[in-house]
Amino acid sequence: MGKLVSIDRLNKWHGSLQALRDVSLDVAPHERLVVCGPSGSGKSTLLRCINGLENHDSGEVIVDGVRLANDGRAMIGVRREIGMVFQGFNLFPHMTVLENCTLAPIWVRKTPKLEAEELARKYLERVHVGAQAEKYPSQLSGGEQQRVAIARALCMAPKIMLFDEPTSALDPEMINEVLDIIVGLAETGMAMICVTHEMAFARRVADRIVFMDRGEIIEQGSPERIFDGPRTDRLKAFLSSVKKDRVQQESR
Amino acid sequence: MALDAEVPAAVARPDAAPVVPRRSFFRLQVWATWLILVLLLAWGCHGLQLDFGYVGEKLPFLLGLRLGPDGFLQGALLTLFVTAVSMVCALCVAVVTAAGRLSNNPVAFALATFYASLFRGTPLLVQVLIIYLALPQVGLVLGGLSSGLIALSLNYGAYLAETIRSGMMAVPLGQREAAMALSLPRWLIVWKVTGPQALRLIIPPAGALFVSMLKDSSLVSILGLWELNFLAQSYARASFHYMEMLLAAALIYWALSIVFEVAQFRLERRFGKGVAVAGRR
Repeated sequence: MGKLVSIDRLNKWHGSLQALRDVSLDVAPHERLVVCGPSGSGKSTLLRCINGLENHDSGEVIVDGVRLANDGRAMIGVRREIGMVFQGFNLFPHMTVLENCTLAPIWVRKTPKLEAEELARKYLERVHVGAQAEKYPSQLSGGEQQRVAIARALCMAPKIMLFDEPTSALDPEMINEVLDIIVGLAETGMAMICVTHEMAFARRVADRIVFMDRGEIIEQGSPERIFDGPRTDRLKAFLSSVKKDRVQQESR
Repeated sequence: MALDAEVPAAVARPDAAPVVPRRSFFRLQVWATWLILVLLLAWGCHGLQLDFGYVGEKLPFLLGLRLGPDGFLQGALLTLFVTAVSMVCALCVAVVTAAGRLSNNPVAFALATFYASLFRGTPLLVQVLIIYLALPQVGLVLGGLSSGLIALSLNYGAYLAETIRSGMMAVPLGQREAAMALSLPRWLIVWKVTGPQALRLIIPPAGALFVSMLKDSSLVSILGLWELNFLAQSYARASFHYMEMLLAAALIYWALSIVFEVAQFRLERRFGKGVAVAGRR
């Protein structure tokens, strides 16, 4: 089977700090990957190198058969196939929900306006914000905004979705409404790479979990293998710190 | 749908309903106070025993309802013309300069900062005089009107460039990234995403700049242009009715400024979409 994303010995520096060290990673079509690790471990940077929001310093990223060069023009073609959902939603505040969703299809995919709107309404319906299509993002709750952001990315019919801590900026009661959408999307066979701290969700959705620390991939494997049989001390330490967080959260 | 019911209904906005009656009462008081101040001003002027008959006679000229002896605009209409043309030119200069200031190209950046520093760091009056009086010495002779237009455009272009730059910088980086992730090309990101959001921040200070340009256009009267201030002064000199003529000119400037401010307010509201959905006065 061909690979959707293929990353080979990727290195990236933020000034003198090495954000990614020799990261190699393949993603198959329809594969669901969860990337976890302590903050500052390079998870988001890895994600942002895949759609070229950040340039890498050495190594190779191949997405859908196209080798990413650090050049804006070529990136635009590749980005069409990659949907991205950000921690902070990043909806366009001056456009309605519907306009947010139709902007890229109309201008980039050249979809006729009516058709784009119909498609957008379908996806908004699917993430349960169909009734809010004419509203502005500021009139929506955080969970609703993030679901709109997911719909907006889906409207471009991407081959893979990147989620960069999609629930980290949400109030606790809204986390599940967003995670449920992502699980539903995973069930349709959409390939995805999701950076998250939600371990229960990771176990539910992931085909494979990648654990990163200090810019390196330390361990990867099936959820069972990662959660039930961690091999390295760093992963064990991470898992116990996450567990501690959870206990604290629940006792609150 | 079951899931919808669990979602808190758009998170009730605290500033939605009950503020309305208090707000309209506030406005009433504002208007009443304004009215009192205007009446006081009128009463004060009346007490000065001024001869407004002369003003009435010259008013059509002041307003520019008739063409000047050279067959060109005069009075307030010339003032408006100078302001409007300078506004458009300043805007073009400012957009280019702001692009330079935001550019990664060192030469473009240097050109932009050099120009902005030069024209913000010297008085407008000196610029007007250099262009009109000093340039002919090196063989570049410009008419009064073009000198005035060039000076106003370059001076205000420099200020406006800073306004545009700070507006663009104030748009969160995430907006650009989200647009990039949707594979929008760069020009489209500026046109559809970051530009309109910056415009919302740019319009209030830019409006203030244009109002002050309207008033600064009186400086070009020294170039012999028959604009509002020039006419008021010459009629005053001829009849010794300085107070009447200058007051009338001031009132006309004021009225024009108010028109500008109303236009600015309208624009602000248009570009405030999605941000000022609630809590607007």
